Amino acid sequence: MQGHDPAVDEQGARRGFLSKVMALAAGGLATLAPAGAGVWVLLDPLRRKSAAASFLRVTEIEAIPDDGVPRQFPIVTDRVDAWTGFPAEPVGAVYLRREKGSDVVQALSATCPHAGCFVEMEPAEHCFRCPCHNSSFTLDGGIVAPSPSPRPMDELECRIGHGGAVEVKWQNFFTGIAEKVARP
Amino acid sequence: MSTAQRPGGGGLLGRLADFFDDRTGYRAILHEALYERVPGGARWRYVWGSTLVFAFLVQVITGLVLWASYSASAQTAWESVYYIQHEMAGGWLLRGIHHFMAQAMVVLLALHLLQVVIDGAYRAPREVNFWLGLVLMMLVLGMALTGYLLPWDQKGYWATRVATNLAGLVPLVGPALQQLVVGGPDYGHHTLTRFFALHAGFLPAGLVVMLVVHLALFRKHGLHAKQPLTRPDAMFWPDQVLKDAVAMLAVMAVVLGVILVPAVRTMLAGGTVVPGELGAELGAPADPSLPYAAARPEWYFLFLFQFLKVFEGWGASGEFLGAIVVPGLVMTVMFLMPILGHWQLGHRFNVAFTFGIVAGAALLTGLALNEDYYALWVDPASLAEAERLDAETEGDAAKLAAAVGGDPAKQAEAERQIKRLRKVRHSRAFLAAARQAKVDAARAVELAGRPERIPPAGMLELVRTDPASQGPRLFAQHCASCHAHVDPTDPAAATALAHSSAANLFGFGSAAWMRGLLDADQVGGPAYFGNTAHKEGDMVSFVTGDLADADTWSQEDIAAVVAAMAAEAGLPEPDVGREVVARGRDLVSSGERCGACHAFGDNGTDLGSAPDLNGWGGREWIVGIITDPTHARFYGDSNDRMPRFGVSDEGESPALTASEIGIVADWLRGQWYRAATH
Repeated sequence: MQGHDPAVDEQGARRGFLSKVMALAAGGLATLAPAGAGVWVLLDPLRRKSAAASFLRVTEIEAIPDDGVPRQFPIVTDRVDAWTGFPAEPVGAVYLRREKGSDVVQALSATCPHAGCFVEMEPAEHCFRCPCHNSSFTLDGGIVAPSPSPRPMDELECRIGHGGAVEVKWQNFFTGIAEKVARP
Repeated sequence: MSTAQRPGGGGLLGRLADFFDDRTGYRAILHEALYERVPGGARWRYVWGSTLVFAFLVQVITGLVLWASYSASAQTAWESVYYIQHEMAGGWLLRGIHHFMAQAMVVLLALHLLQVVIDGAYRAPREVNFWLGLVLMMLVLGMALTGYLLPWDQKGYWATRVATNLAGLVPLVGPALQQLVVGGPDYGHHTLTRFFALHAGFLPAGLVVMLVVHLALFRKHGLHAKQPLTRPDAMFWPDQVLKDAVAMLAVMAVVLGVILVPAVRTMLAGGTVVPGELGAELGAPADPSLPYAAARPEWYFLFLFQFLKVFEGWGASGEFLGAIVVPGLVMTVMFLMPILGHWQLGHRFNVAFTFGIVAGAALLTGLALNEDYYALWVDPASLAEAERLDAETEGDAAKLAAAVGGDPAKQAEAERQIKRLRKVRHSRAFLAAARQAKVDAARAVELAGRPERIPPAGMLELVRTDPASQGPRLFAQHCASCHAHVDPTDPAAATALAHSSAANLFGFGSAAWMRGLLDADQVGGPAYFGNTAHKEGDMVSFVTGDLADADTWSQEDIAAVVAAMAAEAGLPEPDVGREVVARGRDLVSSGERCGACHAFGDNGTDLGSAPDLNGWGGREWIVGIITDPTHARFYGDSNDRMPRFGVSDEGESPALTASEIGIVADWLRGQWYRAATH
């Protein structure tokens, strides 16, 4: 640098400050567009909702013996995965059970409320057990203590439709929390 | 400056080197990079960082080439990985190296971290670099976690469901975070595209940036030499580089060994090596509707998996503690280590803490493995008593007390044994699921190799319509509550038959099945009509009466009828000659023989009196009877309890779709694709 004129220095410093601010602003603005567009798209899944819970025909009441023992049935429904539509696909499973002489069907989601694995029947021990972390449930879905699961199996709304059709309101719930909260 | 004074010398190459050095200064850069002083000389204990860089390089090379053949979508991920593993030249090796080097990297990370903590290498001025190292570690673990899903097989799918559900437990942002990672409310295409972008883009990019800074800081601070220095200083090149290179070679050798040792074993045993079966596993394609009881994370995450079980009975706070709070606290302590390490006591704490974590992780991993494989090291004979008591008392404490004669000590012992029995049962269930997973995986691979290739809808569709794998499941769900399906020569057959209330369908359509039906000793037994309303029916009395009369029905006649019926079914049978079949057809058709009740050929017998024998045991016939056994062609009004699986009341869908009925028919007839080598 040649010579030290305080006026020039001061002016230079002021201009320098302005230049810095403008350089940062211009650079920042220029980067904002791709970054913003990127974040916008990355956040898109937050707008997506699962298909509205609706009653789906699962089976007929005769297919569920009235012996209190749950039977597993697949949930078959149309499914959309981003751009692909799958007509009538198995998307999950429920356990249905009926007490002796009763017409009331209890429907339990096979998804473990602990961490989302697939709960299995354990006929030898008259209970449900999750193969992942050993959460155990009674045949009507209650917790067998001590269990890692924070709540009983998720009961699904179930009604008997025309001609003895068993219809279940298929829903997913948040796992790992004590309350049964449906996923949006 | 004359050329003779230049370091490159006067030759052409030398002059070229000079030319580039003048313009880039690469010699100084190289010198800077290679001639780092290593206080106290090169040592083996300094190799861990370099082996990690090497492992990462291996992952970049193999990963990029895998990327060149991988297709991230729910309909193509498994398919493209199958193609890499089983059809592309060397694909098994490339994927194997990538898979096992990832595991090696986790081990090397642990060793590197241990060494840094033990040596106190995180102390000033190296705190920032230690923190960078921890961030690098989390990035590597993130890549391991995201990579597990990419093949979109059952194992990766179910493990990822658990991992992302746990992410949903993070306070406030958890559910949004989960939805962002999963790419929507459900697992599918966008879960894969996002995991892939994380695995091959975001995380490695972050890792490269951090690694550059990590290495720059490492050079800035110099190597943290382990005191006391016993030997003179040396240069990084070539002394330490040689040791590093040998360590890298050793790492690579271990990885290749893991891939190739099974091949060597197979060869030594005289078997044929199938390259696609070497290296990384590929499970059956992900199926959200099919339970996967063998779901486990990769072995180095097993301790976290097991840790969740520690909080049994804690309710929601347990999972939150196990998945979020405790791991978060451990990471916080690790981030604080450089500050704690200012004091000698703090350093000791850091070392003790790190060893505690390693020991805890090892213990949890051992517990997880012990739970899963427990049945393998328990003598089944030692469980007989517990088995008996458990069956008798059905988990009722009062009954158990009575069963052991009210002795509290005996009762406690019995309870302990029953608990052990439970453990064995759970372990057996896991082992069975793991075996089934292998069977399903092998079947999916076999199907994918069909000459017709994988349909556009993807492998899952093929698996779901495969008689070999779906037939038994559909049969178990819809048919097995009445029908048995058991080989009559099996010693356990009698028990299965006693529990059935309809015919044993094992080998239905075969000559052997028909021979049994026409056997007076069997027709009224449990394998045929014994447990049905037809026990006293016309067929049973015919077989035990007329047919047993050697004057009317010679053994040759019966054999001919068997041959004719087997020919209707069209299953592969030993050739008995056309004349025998023709004679059999005449007998079946004849109004004085089978044709008296059964319609066959052009014998004019009305449908409704007995099942139509045209095409008996063939696919169309079986589909027909499953669809509607009450049809006049089959049992009509005399149908005994068998549901009409393919028809239903107006507006309702039938119990089984046409495709499912076809699957059951094909399975019963043993008609499914088999690869030529099997």
